[in-house]
Amino acid sequence: MDLTTLTLTQLRQALRSGATTSVAATQAVLDHIVARDNDIQSFLTITDEMALEQAQQADQRRANGEDSPLLGIPVAVKDIICTQGVETTAGSKILEGFVPPYDAFVVRQLKAAGAVILGKTNTDEFAMGSSTENSAFFTTRNPYDQTRVAGGSSGGSAAAVATGMAYGALGTDTGGSVRQPASFCGVVGLRPTYGRMSRWGVVAFASTLDQVGTFGRTVADCTAVFQAAAGYDPMDSTSLNVPVPDFEAALTGDIRGLRVGVPQEYFIEGIDKEVETAVRNAIAKLAELGAEIVEISLPHTAYALPVYYLIAPAEASANLARYDGIRFGPRVEGADMIDSVKKTRALFGPEVKRRIMLGTYALSAGYYEAYYGRALKARTLIKQDFLNAFEKVDVIATPTSPTTAFKIGAIVDDPLQMYLQDIFTLPVNLSASCGLSVPCGFDSQSLPIGLQLIGNTLQEAVILNVAFAFEQNRD
Amino acid sequence: MSLTRGDVEKIAHLARLELTEAEVALYQSQLSAILDYATRLNELNLEGISPTAHAVTQQNVWREDVAEPSLPMDAVLFNAPKQANNQFVVQAVLDEG
Repeated sequence: MDLTTLTLTQLRQALRSGATTSVAATQAVLDHIVARDNDIQSFLTITDEMALEQAQQADQRRANGEDSPLLGIPVAVKDIICTQGVETTAGSKILEGFVPPYDAFVVRQLKAAGAVILGKTNTDEFAMGSSTENSAFFTTRNPYDQTRVAGGSSGGSAAAVATGMAYGALGTDTGGSVRQPASFCGVVGLRPTYGRMSRWGVVAFASTLDQVGTFGRTVADCTAVFQAAAGYDPMDSTSLNVPVPDFEAALTGDIRGLRVGVPQEYFIEGIDKEVETAVRNAIAKLAELGAEIVEISLPHTAYALPVYYLIAPAEASANLARYDGIRFGPRVEGADMIDSVKKTRALFGPEVKRRIMLGTYALSAGYYEAYYGRALKARTLIKQDFLNAFEKVDVIATPTSPTTAFKIGAIVDDPLQMYLQDIFTLPVNLSASCGLSVPCGFDSQSLPIGLQLIGNTLQEAVILNVAFAFEQNRD
Repeated sequence: MSLTRGDVEKIAHLARLELTEAEVALYQSQLSAILDYATRLNELNLEGISPTAHAVTQQNVWREDVAEPSLPMDAVLFNAPKQANNQFVVQAVLDEG
């Protein structure tokens, strides 16, 4: 039995029945990483010894009659999420060598559920990007075509899950950074409602948009990781103190009578025809399964991109002010204190500097109202679009990305072109919605296409179940 | 919206970023293009619309004022580029004169 081809839920079954052990599965995955990751480049750090130790403990616990939702299951963590005693770089030279003194809350949750942590996956620097080309270390390759990107910023996690180098993974999604790489790599990626996941211990990019998300090869796998990681954390005052439903039990596959909205603004010029066809076919499949399809409008969709690219850089410029080389990270010594700070901050990569500059400008005296202030007001209109839509429908179906995976290097020098990659995903982050991407076919070059399902505030169970129903009946 | 070279240098100073000559030129054109794109928001009538800072708003999150254990000193200082006597060492900020 090749253990790396099992899904997370199949492995869980095999561990529970005694058909295999966590040590066997962990060793199989670690061997697979050695064989495969030279090509794919999804891991920045592999914590093999620690993983095998955790696997042994998991097997011991099981032998003692214990069980927990992820007991002994190997998973990967995006390298923007702090792991105690394991280097956490956020894909940046400015955090190279940084070893966090604590685990992020979501990592604690996974460990408490019994998960084995395999290592840290590649990301665009500070999660700023859509291709991992902005990682200070290397670019993750698409498992379906290694000349193409895996997507980003959580491209390392998506590619690792797609290739059997992890049974599930954590990512973060500030503008689409879980859903877009999931779409490009043919896996399931969930971006929960803001506040469903704790951000404590997650390196901050844009604090009102950042949210931890989960990956799986199947909807059930993605749900299992989500179930374990979600929850209220008093250390993050924006995390929501609300009950966490049994998401796994909500995967019934029954979507009869559910109203699925199709927003006209997401089927626009510029979208790849093959993507449009696959997504429209997927929506027809939902109708076949008993859902009611409703044409809707999200009239301010076109403004989401300019709003996002003012708000996210503004928040980033404030968050990234902490990288001054004083308390952690490398320090580049200059003539005086200010000079040292400036020289240390020159370690940021080009995209991070660009966004810090943009945000600093948008917040600066004389321009605040014209840029940041207007963006906050326009955000109200975008949020309202969704609230209006969810009075008529239960879920919204769109493409995840306007294209399939693009070539490495194709648009890396054109920031605006790169930003347009997120045009269908970032409205979710600006609003109080949740969203996921589920594979819905391939284009003529055999590259995966993703269907995005958007749900109302805290309605993850609804979109996960629609994705599950679709997955079970996919052609 | 066209930024001047001086604008870019001023922003870089405010953000405490040392830029090369080439970076100043690059960001001058790229930031101008992005800000141009952002002027699309001027098409919207935002009169009377209140701003949204957080999508899911919470107010006044309190906790009990109870002291809890902090990280040990060596864990806090572990990542410091320079340290002495349980403190972060930096260059002089104020002149001695």
